[in-house]
Amino acid sequence: MSVSILKPGLLSSLQDAGRPGHAALGVGRAGAMDGPAWQLANALVGNRRGEAAIECTLIGPSLRFERAAVIALTGAAIAAHVGDRPIPLWTCCRLPAGSVLRLGGMTHGSRAYLAVRGGFDVAPLLGSRSSDLHARLGYQHGRALRAGDVLPIGTTEPLPGLAAGEAVQPLHWGIDPRPWFDFGGRPLALLPGSHGHLLDPASQPLLHGATFIVSQDSNRTASRLDGHALRLCEPLELISEATLPGTLQLPPSGQPIALLAEAPVTGGYPRIGQIAAVDLPHLAQRRPGDAVCFRGSTLDEALARLAARQRRLGRLIEAIARRLEHA
Amino acid sequence: MAHDIGFEALAEDALLLRFGERIDGELNARVQTAAARLRERLPQLECVPAYASLLLRFDPSSWTGHDGGEPHRQLQDAVRTALGEGGTIAATPRERVVPVCYGGAYGPDLADVAALCGLGVEALIARHTAAEYRVAMLGFAPGFPYLLGLDPQLAVPRRRDPRQRVPAGSVAIGGSQTGIYPEALPGGWQLIGRTPLRLFDASASPPSLLAAGDRVRFQAIDEDRFRQLAADEPR
Repeated sequence: MSVSILKPGLLSSLQDAGRPGHAALGVGRAGAMDGPAWQLANALVGNRRGEAAIECTLIGPSLRFERAAVIALTGAAIAAHVGDRPIPLWTCCRLPAGSVLRLGGMTHGSRAYLAVRGGFDVAPLLGSRSSDLHARLGYQHGRALRAGDVLPIGTTEPLPGLAAGEAVQPLHWGIDPRPWFDFGGRPLALLPGSHGHLLDPASQPLLHGATFIVSQDSNRTASRLDGHALRLCEPLELISEATLPGTLQLPPSGQPIALLAEAPVTGGYPRIGQIAAVDLPHLAQRRPGDAVCFRGSTLDEALARLAARQRRLGRLIEAIARRLEHA
Repeated sequence: MAHDIGFEALAEDALLLRFGERIDGELNARVQTAAARLRERLPQLECVPAYASLLLRFDPSSWTGHDGGEPHRQLQDAVRTALGEGGTIAATPRERVVPVCYGGAYGPDLADVAALCGLGVEALIARHTAAEYRVAMLGFAPGFPYLLGLDPQLAVPRRRDPRQRVPAGSVAIGGSQTGIYPEALPGGWQLIGRTPLRLFDASASPPSLLAAGDRVRFQAIDEDRFRQLAADEPR
């Protein structure tokens, strides 16, 4: 069983939870930019082991399923069709053998996840099937998917409640995306960074409150933020140390850079803030041209929000699993 | 050894231990010793050494105190205890010899670097192979070693026009540092030679030839030996 990529879309790659634990070797985590959306896509097809999904960026791919497949789409609001039939998001859907799934543009957000029941069965590297486009690790040396790629799909039991047939068959229920997708462009919680107090007096109030714009020059490594140049009181020469996703760096240009899933493991730019982990998926969903603003937050608040989200996500995933079994 | 370490909570799951602010062999040795001790005593942590700091990544939910205490504080206490304890500290550093074919097509910048240093090519090679280096950290790309110990006279500026593609195995000098490109990568360092060894292979165990803390020496080899060794390397 496999799926063929007919058109690759703008930037499509396999992503899972990533490769934690290897930063000391110079290997970053990579993984899904919007973790909850990726987890929920897997949950909706009944995958329980953190299978890889296709992360689509801005414009999705077109794919042909050799045999019948059960899929789910989550994350950004992406156009999805089989023939003329629209495919609903945030639910699960059985596609008959030979279906061509055409994913198009996104009306909100920039990253959508396509999970397939059984998962994409490519060889894991260092415990993950994620493509690290920067370090060139993963499927086909970590490159983006191309037309002609054929991805094997793992074998599974059929899903009860979705009978075999020649028609596209969605479930009669789905999940509400609103808790998991920020449609409103809320301010992102920003924890203090090591060098934030060194911003000059004009830059201090801009960091919390001014509106920045996501630059065209953004990718899985970082979102570059345009709109206001920030300055330190005096230039700071730092030696390289470990960096993290979520770190807001300030290079000499004054244009802040928010590191994302493919953050390099070391870097030497001043750190003016750390975006709360719970808000990183929301940043990852902002498109070039979208607004970003920050509000000051604390480690305690960020930890509490993260723990609360993990509990909610865990409960929802369990509820989905129970409902799929009894569908 | 824990008394003069700075602790900084970088993120929900990250605590930085800072030993100093300089690129310095003695500071880095303290980082490596602390990393070895913590890997032994607190194996659930991910330790990421850099020149003068050590990043710890952890699961905050497993470090929340019974009293709801803040995980970074709990972890900091555990780290202080682990670093304050006596007893054995990790094994002596591994020694690695890295064969290098200097100059020619393998080191296209060798003559320029020698001229910038005011040395002949042979003298430059002699100095580059004479030093003992220490892997301060891996970063930039999987398996890329930042090496301490470059002879100060061999420090040369980076290239004004970085290369789009530096071949895998290239041995290079950038500023006061020397390093080895594990894969074909863009890069601005001056290329003086190339090693036939494969520095990083994600499917191997361990994936990286070098680790932070290793001692490294370069050994000059000729092109025939390069080809012979390259043929023996897994690809």
